[in-house]
Amino acid sequence: MRYLFRRAGFYLIALWAAVSFNFIIPRLMPGDPAEAYIAKLQTQQVTRAQIDAIRAEFGVNPNVPIWRQYLDYLNGILHGNLGISTSQFPTPVGDILKQSLPWTIGLVGVALVMSFFIGTLIGILIAWKRGSWYDTAVPPLLTFLSAIPYFWMALGLVYIFGVILNWFPTDSGYDVFNVSPGWNMDFIGSVAQHAILPVATLIIGSLAGWVLIMRNMMVTTLSEDYVTMAEAKGLSERRVMFHYAARNAILPSITSFSIALGLIVSGALLTEIVFNYPGIGYSLYRGVQSDDYALVEGCFLVIALAVIFANFLFELIYVFLDPRVRHGNK
Amino acid sequence: MQVTNATNQNTASITFLGSTKGRVRSILRAILSNPKIAFGVGVVIFFVLMAIAAPLLTPYDPNASIVKGSLPPSWAHIFGTTGLGQDMFAQIVYGARVTLLVAFVAAIGSTILQIVMGLSSAYYGGMVDEVLSLIINVFLVLPGLPLTIVLASLASASGANRNEFVIALVLLFTSWSYGARVLRGQTLSLKEREFVAAARATGESSLRIISSEILPNEVSLIASTFVGTFVYAVGAEVALEFLGLGDTSRPSWGVILYWAQNNAALIVGKWWQFVPAGLCIALLCAGLTFINFGMDELSNPRLRVERPPRRRLFSRKSKGVASR
Repeated sequence: MRYLFRRAGFYLIALWAAVSFNFIIPRLMPGDPAEAYIAKLQTQQVTRAQIDAIRAEFGVNPNVPIWRQYLDYLNGILHGNLGISTSQFPTPVGDILKQSLPWTIGLVGVALVMSFFIGTLIGILIAWKRGSWYDTAVPPLLTFLSAIPYFWMALGLVYIFGVILNWFPTDSGYDVFNVSPGWNMDFIGSVAQHAILPVATLIIGSLAGWVLIMRNMMVTTLSEDYVTMAEAKGLSERRVMFHYAARNAILPSITSFSIALGLIVSGALLTEIVFNYPGIGYSLYRGVQSDDYALVEGCFLVIALAVIFANFLFELIYVFLDPRVRHGNK
Repeated sequence: MQVTNATNQNTASITFLGSTKGRVRSILRAILSNPKIAFGVGVVIFFVLMAIAAPLLTPYDPNASIVKGSLPPSWAHIFGTTGLGQDMFAQIVYGARVTLLVAFVAAIGSTILQIVMGLSSAYYGGMVDEVLSLIINVFLVLPGLPLTIVLASLASASGANRNEFVIALVLLFTSWSYGARVLRGQTLSLKEREFVAAARATGESSLRIISSEILPNEVSLIASTFVGTFVYAVGAEVALEFLGLGDTSRPSWGVILYWAQNNAALIVGKWWQFVPAGLCIALLCAGLTFINFGMDELSNPRLRVERPPRRRLFSRKSKGVASR
């Protein structure tokens, strides 16, 4: 229990750090980013109110002391106020994020779980047949696939399955013209159809990590005496493989969930951009493209909050799975 | 007895490092005899040589619009041309310079930061460790790419992204935490060893113990985190450039992809504007990753499996393979 409180404390500090980074970074930048943004936007039509919104975002008002700005900022965050988007003026950034977050969570969640199960299963199987031709062929192949940048893989899938074969839709999260969002089969089917290629991109890119970590751990576990013992007892292969070896080899895979999450979130951002998928990554891209700093910052904050929360969740699961942690002996 | 034993170990580690040429050569041979490492090193050398010898490999200026634009590959332009009529092969070859240099600078800087944070956190312990590992862990949970994008978009607003080193600095800032934690873990176990205790007993300063007792014993680990950081830096740099946050006026692998995407090259079937840059990135990153896998195999013999398969995969279906 004490361990959990300690971890909860750490994640609170991480949250605070993410929020504070958001406040500090633009203020530490050399020059005057607010003016740079305003100057860039002058080419488009900007209203007085938009300029005020940018100034407020960067906190350039010299009459307000910095600590006061910080407290106001924290207060704003606690009330869900993330500033006002300049590219979609005057929509609050919070509203844009509220619409895009579910898409990203869905994409990342499905891809992460599927990639974990498929990758771990492949890892178990090739470790069982270690030294065979597919144990030598599969890991290098997957490594090469995972070395391909996510967005490039996404472009490749768009080209092959979207442009040439025309099997799957390659644009947006659902069929915007023919179905309306809601809990009906048409919409859900459309969402699933549109998610196939993005999810495939993420799975292909992240599979190698799961396969290799599981394979290496399995190879180590398979040389343990209790595995030989289980085989000697004449237990079925399936039982030895899954209940004796894999069960004991899987813990490092679970621990690496948090690192995998960070990577797959990064991948999802880029994948969304290629597919015009209406998630956080796409919002972030639009923010970057239209010099909408409030939106960029809001996206970062929401992603950071989601990742920190997910990490905490993983840690709870880990405590549940590994009694050594639960009982506090190191 | 204990102390003399420890000093023996200590001198052994020093002679190992300050070794003669023949010894270095034999170590190198041992490393390169691992096929994965040999492949990876070959790939890296290939790209480095390509970047250095760029002017010898192509007669074209990567920025000059020489022909009409978007020509498919031909003998005159083996990778075709860009939308602006620049030679794609020249762009790839010269672009390797920018991509490799930025990632290398970022990885070197990041590795130095990893060593400083990881080693001092573990060696000094106590309050120092509490604070430093807190910082390391916070950076570890913050999502790297979004933070990189935030920093780069600010840099791009003020025009600072035209300087490659600003991009390298951004990558450095967001890439150091994982390696720092790995090194911290290793140092925690190393500092309990006898030779460190012996060095401390003879009154060596902390800085000297860290730099000449602990650091040399972590060389292989540092090399592997460096390679890992390099892979991350290449990927993140290419991603930033693809988003248009780099210097888009100068060709690099990411910038090539940015322009290809901006001109919707794939939708109209101009695959040659995407394929070369993407394959180069994938090949480079895969090569680097193989170096790391090879080093893992060298240091963990249990991962090296060379004997024929003994276990059968589910029942007897694959018996033919097993008995072969």
